[in-house]
Amino acid sequence: MNAEPDKNHSITPLLKTLSGIKGLDDITYGGLPKERPTLVCGGAGTGKTLFGLEFLVRGAVHFNEPGVCLSFEESEIELTKNVASLGFDLEKLKDEKKLIIDQIIIEKNEIEETGEYNLDGLFIRIGLSIDSIGAKRVLIDTMESLFSSFNNEFILRSEIRRLFRWLKKKGVTAVITAEPGEKTFTRYGLEEYISDCVIMLDNQVTEQVATRRLRIVKYRGSKHGTNEYPFLIGKDGISIFPITSVGLEYEVSSEKISSGVPRLDALLGGQGYYRESSILISGTAGTGKSSLAAYFAAETAKRGEKTLYLAFEESQSQIIRNMRSIGLDLEQWVKKGLLEFKIVRPTSYNLELHLAIMYEAIREFKPKSVIIDPLSSLLPISNQLQVRLMIMRIIDFLKMNHITTFLTNLVHSSGSSLEETEIAISSLIDTWLLVKVIELNGECNRLMYILKSRGMAHSNQVREFIITDEGIDLVDVYIGPGVVLTGAARINQEAEDKVASLVCQHDIERKKRELERKRQELEMQIYVMRSQYTAEEEELNLSIQDQGTILSKREKMAQYRKADRTS
Amino acid sequence: MENNNKDSEVSVDVIFQLRLYIAGQSPNSIKAFENLIMICDEHLKGRYDVEIIDLIQNPSLAKEDQILAIPTLVRKLPEPLRKIIGNLSNKERVLDGLNLKSRNSCK
Repeated sequence: MNAEPDKNHSITPLLKTLSGIKGLDDITYGGLPKERPTLVCGGAGTGKTLFGLEFLVRGAVHFNEPGVCLSFEESEIELTKNVASLGFDLEKLKDEKKLIIDQIIIEKNEIEETGEYNLDGLFIRIGLSIDSIGAKRVLIDTMESLFSSFNNEFILRSEIRRLFRWLKKKGVTAVITAEPGEKTFTRYGLEEYISDCVIMLDNQVTEQVATRRLRIVKYRGSKHGTNEYPFLIGKDGISIFPITSVGLEYEVSSEKISSGVPRLDALLGGQGYYRESSILISGTAGTGKSSLAAYFAAETAKRGEKTLYLAFEESQSQIIRNMRSIGLDLEQWVKKGLLEFKIVRPTSYNLELHLAIMYEAIREFKPKSVIIDPLSSLLPISNQLQVRLMIMRIIDFLKMNHITTFLTNLVHSSGSSLEETEIAISSLIDTWLLVKVIELNGECNRLMYILKSRGMAHSNQVREFIITDEGIDLVDVYIGPGVVLTGAARINQEAEDKVASLVCQHDIERKKRELERKRQELEMQIYVMRSQYTAEEEELNLSIQDQGTILSKREKMAQYRKADRTS
Repeated sequence: MENNNKDSEVSVDVIFQLRLYIAGQSPNSIKAFENLIMICDEHLKGRYDVEIIDLIQNPSLAKEDQILAIPTLVRKLPEPLRKIIGNLSNKERVLDGLNLKSRNSCK
């Protein structure tokens, strides 16, 4: 129905008035239709009156547009009291002539009807209020009370129609509240008369937890977000969370920030996470998710940046104590005001209040990083879809505020649910680390790997994730033929390898020595043989000499005897 | 209707203080005034006092007296306060609204 063509649209673009209600002006792309009535319908307790009053208060305070509140139900005192807790000081605005609250009391039993009449009295009354402070905004809460006050519906309807026309002519932007009907948006079909903008509020209770929602049913001549937006009534009024409809228009940073664990930074392409990205660590119980979160917090603090730690399961002192046991002193950062814990029991509030608390805490503390530990604690308080929407809103909100989001998620050890729970939010996560416990040879060891990391060349290697009293570290796992070994098995295997190599080395050395001995033996033998040889040679020479001597002696003897030469 | 009877008994010799709220000289306002005078002359002769209040001239009275519909006839006295809205064209209903009917029918 929002696609209804508006012929005038192209000629005179619809003018809008900023409502000043947080988030509403985003999803309406600029506020409510200027100088026209807007119908806000919703059942009892959905926040209609507050919506209208905030519209007036914001107008008076921020846009210098005084407002008139016509209340058919609550008295001025009641209204003033009710919204005082939200920081709206109606008394002050009244004194400053920026607000008039006019309670219309109709005592049905005092009234008799006879013949024709009109509601000029009401017109004069509103007119006087508008003129006396130059009001630009009007709230009528709840118009439908008129139907129970007057019997002649025919007159009433034509008077209401006349009233809306008259309000337009007066140039005021009006919010008209109404109760929803069974088949129509409002019980008495007021939407027939207000064709420009219709907003529905409701308060759904699922599993004992209420969530307020707002939906723009129609906005003639304007684009608008069509989703049901959860909203909250927090310390300072209504906050509607505009989500992805607003678009992924935030600037992204390409700066990297350390995870606090050098080996992890290395896995993530060298320098860690992207600033202002969303990081999810998921794993079963006891896998060191919180430790990683704490390291990240400490690292952020070392850079002099603030971290907000939203914990759902442990108290501040417990977290600090636990981290001290692994060699991390978080207390110093708390003292320096660089780390703030916000401990909330998941079941103490509904989703909307959780959002409000986070929103509030973030606004006050202005952190650079936010840790939510663990996200899964929120699951039981609502259904998955709502949690997903909420997480989407948180992440979008944080990204738009340039905050790095660090989430942990507890998954159950049965493999299937691990994917299921996370499929819902995986698309919102930029860097997703998975810590798994594997059981082998009677021990459990942690394995970590990067499931995804957008926009960075990250390692595909599985690392063993070790927590000692000196901190956390990642080590290479033993990758043997067809097996990946961790923990004691890894150490065992490494030892075995060492022994094997030692044995081998010994063997070589032994062989070396043997060879040496053989060489020495050989050399000895050679020496002996050579000695023998030399001895024999010498003997021979001696013999030759002897023989020479004998011969020469014989010749001499023959000369002496002058013997015939026989030869 | 117990209250009705008591009311009418008391009202025998009190002066009726009536106010007619109008907004300018609209046909309904004129008609209402005419009807009122006629009814009062008939049933309250000599013991009524009608004040005409034009909200266009005194707009603040719309709030003070909680007047929404025009014309509205208010019976200020005798107590309790009663309001009759419309151009007073139905005489029976007007008498009923002023608590004059029962006494009338007694006569």
